[in-house]
Amino acid sequence: MNYMVPPGLYAIGRPTPEDPVLVTANYKMSYDIIRHTLSGRNLWILVLETYGINVWCAAGKGTFGTGEVVRRVTATGLARVVNHRRLILPILGAPGVAVHQVARRCGFSVSYAAIRAADLPEYLDNGMVTTPAMQQLTFTLYERLVLVPVELVMALKSVAIIAGVVFLLVAALAGLTAGVTVLIAYVGAVVTGTAVGPLLLPWLPGKSFSVKGVVAGLIWSGVFYPLAGGGAWGIPTTIALFLALPAVSAFHTLNFTGCSTYTSRSGVKKEMRIALPAMGGALLVSMALLLAGRFL
Amino acid sequence: MKGFRYLKDVVTLELDQAACIGCGRCLEVCPHQVFSLAEKKASMADRDACMECGACALNCPVKAITVDAGVGCASGMINEWLQEHKLRAPSGGCCS
Repeated sequence: MNYMVPPGLYAIGRPTPEDPVLVTANYKMSYDIIRHTLSGRNLWILVLETYGINVWCAAGKGTFGTGEVVRRVTATGLARVVNHRRLILPILGAPGVAVHQVARRCGFSVSYAAIRAADLPEYLDNGMVTTPAMQQLTFTLYERLVLVPVELVMALKSVAIIAGVVFLLVAALAGLTAGVTVLIAYVGAVVTGTAVGPLLLPWLPGKSFSVKGVVAGLIWSGVFYPLAGGGAWGIPTTIALFLALPAVSAFHTLNFTGCSTYTSRSGVKKEMRIALPAMGGALLVSMALLLAGRFL
Repeated sequence: MKGFRYLKDVVTLELDQAACIGCGRCLEVCPHQVFSLAEKKASMADRDACMECGACALNCPVKAITVDAGVGCASGMINEWLQEHKLRAPSGGCCS
């Protein structure tokens, strides 16, 4: 599938040389949102070559960057099309674009307008002033919700393999019922970590994503235990369940740091150094307990 | 960010106030309102809110800001680690 718009200079309405120039990525969705939001106005859109990647991710990689702004301004002959020397950029493009470098290399000054395209009409109508609200990142329930299906699909392949292996192992060692029980427990823990953790993010205790995932996983364990008839299990099996499921959920909630709008690289690194060995340890102990419960 | 806090005292963001010329660009580009400006000097009002995107450091005309910028993404870092240790072939990974 092709999600790219050819880079270059586009017109919305009938812009004159006095009208503003807005810069965006060549991800089709970014371009369409801008075009839709600003329909009925007259202005220029300078589309950069970001290889179909959105502004924020492209800025992180540097493709939505100083070099590409300068290149595209030159290639389109923008200085001959407009009389002014001002480019309007999305704030999330700032990790890739150095304003002073752009000015030095092509003579255009850069104004960072807003984070969301939806704020552009207000920005343009108010004499191009950025309000504090336009500068604030959010991570609303809806913003998290739309990411969950993507995350589920991304996890699908590895989860299917692990689920298959775990099911076959347990079924071979302890029978079909045990296999199905473990399968449901595992898949539930994955869904809990991938969907419930992210959705309940601000309300789950702790700052670390893995801790939030552990709490979500404990809730799932608590729900699953009576449903699966856990009362009939031995103590080792029960402990194994309450160790393994939170570890699985924690791993998947930790993965959601990639989707979040406020986690730092250093923070995720620190969290991973502690959380990954802890998850691995919990899974090993859990397996040992299950085997012990079976053979002792 | 409203309603969300990540780990404390981990970010690599540093500001050299002596070098700062008070242009305020860091306040404009930061999506988490980390900086504030008083008497022509920027300061880090909320350092723990930093997500290390690197926009401030890149846009500081006098290089008064440094940060080890990168994407805070666990699966991306696991992939990086696997690639470094030759356990997986290089691929696009996160956001590609």
